[in-house]
Amino acid sequence: MQESMSFFTGFGLNDLWFLGEAALKTLWISVLSISIGTLLGTFFGWLLHEGKWVATFTIAPILDVFRSVPLIIQLVLFYNFAPIIGLNFDPFASGVVILTLYTAALVASVARGGIESVPPSMRRASRSLGMSYWQDLFHVVLPIGGRAVFPAWVGVVLGVMKDSALVSVLGYVELLKASQVLITRTQEPLLILAIAGAFYFALSYPISRYAHKFEQRWSK
Amino acid sequence: MIQVRGLHKHFGDLHVLKGIDLDVNKGEVLSVIGSSGSGKSTLLYCLNSLEQIQKGSVHVDGIDVHAKQTDVNKLRQKLGMVFQQWNSFPHLTVLENVALAPRIVSGKSKEEAYAMAEKQLKHVGLGDKLKNYPSSLSGGQQQRLAIARALAMEPEYMLFDEATSALDPEKVGEVLDTMRLLAEEGMTMICVTHEMGFAKEVSDRVAYFHEGIMEEIGPPEQIFQAPQSEHTRKFLANVL
Repeated sequence: MQESMSFFTGFGLNDLWFLGEAALKTLWISVLSISIGTLLGTFFGWLLHEGKWVATFTIAPILDVFRSVPLIIQLVLFYNFAPIIGLNFDPFASGVVILTLYTAALVASVARGGIESVPPSMRRASRSLGMSYWQDLFHVVLPIGGRAVFPAWVGVVLGVMKDSALVSVLGYVELLKASQVLITRTQEPLLILAIAGAFYFALSYPISRYAHKFEQRWSK
Repeated sequence: MIQVRGLHKHFGDLHVLKGIDLDVNKGEVLSVIGSSGSGKSTLLYCLNSLEQIQKGSVHVDGIDVHAKQTDVNKLRQKLGMVFQQWNSFPHLTVLENVALAPRIVSGKSKEEAYAMAEKQLKHVGLGDKLKNYPSSLSGGQQQRLAIARALAMEPEYMLFDEATSALDPEKVGEVLDTMRLLAEEGMTMICVTHEMGFAKEVSDRVAYFHEGIMEEIGPPEQIFQAPQSEHTRKFLANVL
């Protein structure tokens, strides 16, 4: 009697490794996008604060688009239409570009809020000591404003890390895409999604824990 | 020496200073009194270019404060300023608060800046609070911290903008004592104040401001005992 052949094989240790690697890819694309996006967003936030009407009529509407249009639509549009203007990015690079701009758009509002949370009288005091505009900005405004909006920034970081799952629509094999691949093969969606969820939790939880510790230290 | 000539300052349609002429000599303590909105604080802000002026001039040791070529950051090191709100930097310890400007503005080494900060903090009686954060200090202590922070830049003039107005009444004395100490040491001071006792005892001269005009200036005895202007008389009758 001939043994029946199955297309489906069970979940094995190798698959766990595969998911672990994918989690690292999620981490990598998130770290890259969030780092560059935060720097860029802080710069945009500063422009919005200082630039007055120039920024209001130029970058503010652009940032509004990135903030308002669903990320999945931005990713698909960019990946499919960027080649028309000669930008042949692979899924990873496209993901980084869009996630970075998306992060920057969110961080810009946070950064502007941070700068504006420093009372003008505090800035006047530091200027009265002979500090230049930039010394005041880097030594007084950024540390004080940064602490004020740190919880909001952590919210952005956690959000972007989870949203990075959407890069899977471009075919980049990060955690969610890897889970889909395994589900197709093993037909064990419950188990695999639970494991993927646990990986996301393992990536996010330390960030919120550390953030909480920082906030406690600063509040002393 | 500080020389103010024909100083006019507008905030939009509001004419805040209407042609002020004033000389403050080295070593002198000048108290500026007057009701709220009379332009006293604005005058201080014009002296170190925290506010721009519309007409007239301010010279500090011969330097035209509002000239385009004047390096205001350098000039402000000559003019220490203490505000109504103490504005201590909450993310830095007391010692770091005072050492920050000497380090990044004057370019002192960390050791030099910390030594200077410690010296000034001891000077204002905060030698035992070096490692504390400002949030653990009382208002009076934070205001003394602000004074030490200004002194650490080794200014030649000190400007006090209602330095005791935001304090609880029982904390006013400690800040006034610190200001008195500076005056005794020969610091040139311009004090915008509502503390008439301080103005009377410590000042060499008192100036009375009324609606953007310097109504009267003279020794404390003249202002408090024999005021020449009707406005000064009315003001003093209300506050004394």
